[in-house]
Amino acid sequence: MIEIKDLTFSYDKTEVFSGLNLSIKEGEFVAILGHNGSGKSTLSKLLVGLETPRAGELWVAGLKSSEETIAEIRKKISIVFQNPDNQFVGATVADDIAFGLENQQVPRDEMVALVATYLNKMGLEGLEHAPPHELSGGQKQRTAIAGALAIGADVLILDEATSMLDPAGRADIMKLVRELAQDAKRTIIMITHHLDEAVYADRIVVLNEGQIVKDGTPLGVFDDVEGLAAIGLDVPFAVRASKMLYERQVIKKICVTNEELVAALC
Amino acid sequence: MLIKFEDVSYEYNSGTPMVQRVLHDVDLVIEAGTFNCLIGHTGSGKSTLMQHLNALLVPSTGVVTVPGGEVRAQAKTKTNVIREIRQNVGLVFQFPEYQLFETTVLADIMFGPKNYGATDEEAEVAAQKAAQLVGLDEAVLMTSPFELSGGQMRRVAIAGVLAMNPDVLVLDEPTAGLDPRGRGEILDILLGLQKQGKTIVVATHDMDLVAAHAEHVMVMREGRVLLAGAPKEVFSQADTVNTAGIYLPTAAAVYAEAFGSDEALPLTLDEFITRVVEQT
Repeated sequence: MIEIKDLTFSYDKTEVFSGLNLSIKEGEFVAILGHNGSGKSTLSKLLVGLETPRAGELWVAGLKSSEETIAEIRKKISIVFQNPDNQFVGATVADDIAFGLENQQVPRDEMVALVATYLNKMGLEGLEHAPPHELSGGQKQRTAIAGALAIGADVLILDEATSMLDPAGRADIMKLVRELAQDAKRTIIMITHHLDEAVYADRIVVLNEGQIVKDGTPLGVFDDVEGLAAIGLDVPFAVRASKMLYERQVIKKICVTNEELVAALC
Repeated sequence: MLIKFEDVSYEYNSGTPMVQRVLHDVDLVIEAGTFNCLIGHTGSGKSTLMQHLNALLVPSTGVVTVPGGEVRAQAKTKTNVIREIRQNVGLVFQFPEYQLFETTVLADIMFGPKNYGATDEEAEVAAQKAAQLVGLDEAVLMTSPFELSGGQMRRVAIAGVLAMNPDVLVLDEPTAGLDPRGRGEILDILLGLQKQGKTIVVATHDMDLVAAHAEHVMVMREGRVLLAGAPKEVFSQADTVNTAGIYLPTAAAVYAEAFGSDEALPLTLDEFITRVVEQT
């Protein structure tokens, strides 16, 4: 679904990527981890064509990213940003979901039906006429995801989409993302600082100073506690706890999620 | 006792049909030099309570005593008392990096002291010292605050409040939206300030921070202080904490899920391991 080949990118004199290679398959749920300045957000901007590679190739859904193809690519890939207030453009929830469809010049009948469908799918029924100031952060981000999916995007990028939400909002959005990830045709790329979110991905890619330093399953990636610590990243509580309990022969496997740890203890 | 709330209530739009009471009969005490956390669901009244700590809000009923004076409902507090309170109690809002506005980092940090009558020279000395406290490099002082990373901008905003040399530092979600490294840096700054004798009050959703560092926790629900005490005491009342719509620290949550809730849930990884090994 996404192919990045020998990609090079820099802001003025600051080089972010030199020869990045990454391939993401259709239906994969990939979490991208890395501290600030590792290149995570630049990567998402390149994918949606908000930045242009200096060299190398970027393919999305069989299209090579270029000025000619970017309009087509943006129908296939959508991004939800960090700040719920900065991306709410409509006067109401329904308007906000319709905004992207209007940009794509979708006929009105289809648009009305699509808005209704995604209001429903995202659990926003009853809020269609609600203005943004009456919504919680989680509801605003749900609206942003509804708008992103309504245009028919197969690839959804979440760029720290939960980091400004309270715990209830974060839990709400993570539940939704995990449901969306069940769809075998939907590719999700989640950029996050929250390890407790990354553990639910199929695959974790760790970026450090513009390089992929780890790429694998959550279990494979988080197993290297020292390696991650060296680049300023922590590992989830469940991994730390289960490693210590495994050494003490209390449990028989290393767990990644808190749910797995609870199950191993019971 | 450094800070005291006695029977404090607060209403927005008081005396109009739109009246909304957001704090109810709050009694609380904060001791000098301690690390305090204020926790509760969004809308539980944390921010309103914090704004009483430096007289940004005046209670509708009751009395708030803070370093510098007291603020009493239905009584006009003298301007010089309010000035004194605001110098003694520094308030850092949520996402304070959005409030930076000056042309250079140094000028931004100098704004507070100058506003309170310091000369340029005095303000600069105070700003340099504050910048040092939050670990800002000398080199960034002459750059625009808008060229900095999010974590650095937040440090500039905190330095702006520290430049007033307050005894009490009150911060609304100081670690929200930062990466783990940025979170750790801000936390180290706060712990360092506490070591120097300052009193820290932090509103946060990060229960692992509360479990690891708070000496005194206040749990808010619907404008009331539901529970207050040491983290161990507060989180041992897991059922009550749950009614406030907040989560337990990870160690406590996993332990309670696996073995059931009890009076002394583990709060840290080490406590968790010890308790689990005992159980099995």
